[in-house]
Amino acid sequence: MQLNREALTRAYRQMKLIREFEERLHEEIQSGEIAGFTHLYCGQEAVAVGVCEHLSVVDKIVSTHRGHGHCLAKGCEVDGMMKEIWGSQEGLCNGKGGSMHIADIDKGMLGANGIVGGGAPIAVGAALSSKIDGPDANGRLAVSIAFSGDGACNQGTTFEAMNLAAVTRAPAIFVFENNHYSEHTGDAYAVGTSRDIASRAEAFGMKVWRADGTDFFAVHDCMREMLEYVRTPGNGPAAVEFDTERFFGHFEGDPQRYRGEGEIDRIRETRDCIRKFRDSVTGAKLLTDADLDRLDAEALDAIENAVQASRSAARPKAENVLDNVYISY
Amino acid sequence: MAKLMYRDAIRNTIFQEMQRDQRVVVLGEDVVGGMGTAGGPEAIGGIWSTSTGFYEAFGPDRVIDTPISESAIMGAAGGLALAGKRPVAEIMFADFIGVSMDQLWNQIAKFRYMFGGKSVCPVVIRMPCGAGYNAAAQHSQMIHQFVTNMPGLKVVMPVTPADACGLLRQAIRDDDPVVFLEHKFLYSMTGEVPDDPDFLVRFGHARLARAGEDVTIVATGMMVGYAETAADDLAQDGIGCDVIDLRTTSPLDEEAIFDSVEVTGRLVVVDEAPPRCSLATDISALVAQKAFASLKAPIEMVTAPHTPVPFARELESAYLPSPAKIAAAARKTLEYR
Repeated sequence: MQLNREALTRAYRQMKLIREFEERLHEEIQSGEIAGFTHLYCGQEAVAVGVCEHLSVVDKIVSTHRGHGHCLAKGCEVDGMMKEIWGSQEGLCNGKGGSMHIADIDKGMLGANGIVGGGAPIAVGAALSSKIDGPDANGRLAVSIAFSGDGACNQGTTFEAMNLAAVTRAPAIFVFENNHYSEHTGDAYAVGTSRDIASRAEAFGMKVWRADGTDFFAVHDCMREMLEYVRTPGNGPAAVEFDTERFFGHFEGDPQRYRGEGEIDRIRETRDCIRKFRDSVTGAKLLTDADLDRLDAEALDAIENAVQASRSAARPKAENVLDNVYISY
Repeated sequence: MAKLMYRDAIRNTIFQEMQRDQRVVVLGEDVVGGMGTAGGPEAIGGIWSTSTGFYEAFGPDRVIDTPISESAIMGAAGGLALAGKRPVAEIMFADFIGVSMDQLWNQIAKFRYMFGGKSVCPVVIRMPCGAGYNAAAQHSQMIHQFVTNMPGLKVVMPVTPADACGLLRQAIRDDDPVVFLEHKFLYSMTGEVPDDPDFLVRFGHARLARAGEDVTIVATGMMVGYAETAADDLAQDGIGCDVIDLRTTSPLDEEAIFDSVEVTGRLVVVDEAPPRCSLATDISALVAQKAFASLKAPIEMVTAPHTPVPFARELESAYLPSPAKIAAAARKTLEYR
């Protein structure tokens, strides 16, 4: 289905926002202002946006340690996220969580996750809740998305979550983003089913899809079909494997000795989802270069403003350690 | 003696034990690194650089790079041990023990007793632990408090490079499962390590890191260094402290604590874990029960609060015990009358 100008603009804006968010963090982390471990989503933007553009606030997502893209795509505020990563009291989680633990429950973003494989069971729980609440006036169920990588696909929790969703017919969608590296190990070694993750979901009786995760339109089309299926009461879960790319290391500071010669240049050249989107929409004369340049500038402005706001945002105080507890000792 | 970093003491000890005993095998996530990539095996050598060169020296049968599957790592270590091998497994961050808990707690820890003494389970589970890196709630935790509570496990927390070597060698040669907790902040610390390839540090024997007659400070892991700093500060004011590095929390060297408290009459227990049902409360209870008559002041505990580990720098600093908090606690015991 052809997307209208407004939808294309929104999708590009979101992808570009994620890209610039991550590229800027990559620079800022080297200055030492940002503490802790940061895992960047650069290269995978078409997946987060292609999935989340179909969702509404009643749909839930559960993310991973590489979660900034999912958070932004699901509607988390840029400033609140940046401030959280800066460890500010004004951050989305008051500086308690940081990069790996951003959550915004009101937006249906049930949390990034520091534990590989920690998210899928939680997503199934949210899907079961939707099943209990039942369909809306149009007969459609809210869905719950479990984002997982080629690392998490090897965890028992992920297998258990898929089976539980299958036997309970929970409206869950398992989105496997195969960026070909589980931390520092290749999927050629670690994913036993001949690198094919979707076949695992298939083995649980789920309907599965496979698509190029660097092609926004492929992701978006695929999700439309999946949601048509999963939102229908009684159908149960589905799964998809997106073939995608990770432009940076596992974490910021990773020397990436496992990469091949010129690998990053090559994937940035040939597998960049944003470049492909741009070529596609300008080629089809749906949007102009001028339209897209304007969106690029807006994204850069939004990130610059978020960084400046984060630098001057309130810092937590020692006594804030004991906030959000039910007993203090 | 050679001057080594803590991480190198660990790496060298495992390497030597693998050379000495064919049954010793290593397994864990990225312990080789780069498997199935263009960069190839050993592109990483373990994210803590504690298994660099192992794959090249011993090959894939004895250096097992695993997918991200902590439950399988833990359980496979148990199975390797029951079948006669001596696995040294790495759980990349101690926090990930959560994923593998059944295999440790219900399986490995219980084999010897539950099977009527008919089995041994010589497993070493190495787990980097602790806060200080702003790594937030799921990459910063201490876990000694609950593994110490599990019958069947030995729990080791080396502080110096020499102890990392001697205690790890003891752990690998030990016939029981050993949880070996390496505080992440200690990896780059240096110290003299004996060259003797049979250098061992027996479990259950504490180390006296500082000697003094006024206050006893008991600590583990990174807290030992904090306690030493506090003791040095107090020494400026003429206050002498025994700083006891427990080395192992199971078995526990109770005598070293009682002997010291008998002299000082004052006890500060420092623990990086939350305060309740903890090592701090356990040692306090032991002293209150068995060395009550020695005490001249109430026992002080300096611990983390009862919260997850927070992310922001200011919050994590406030979360952790500090030399200043330890010194203040020691002074409080001296001010009591």
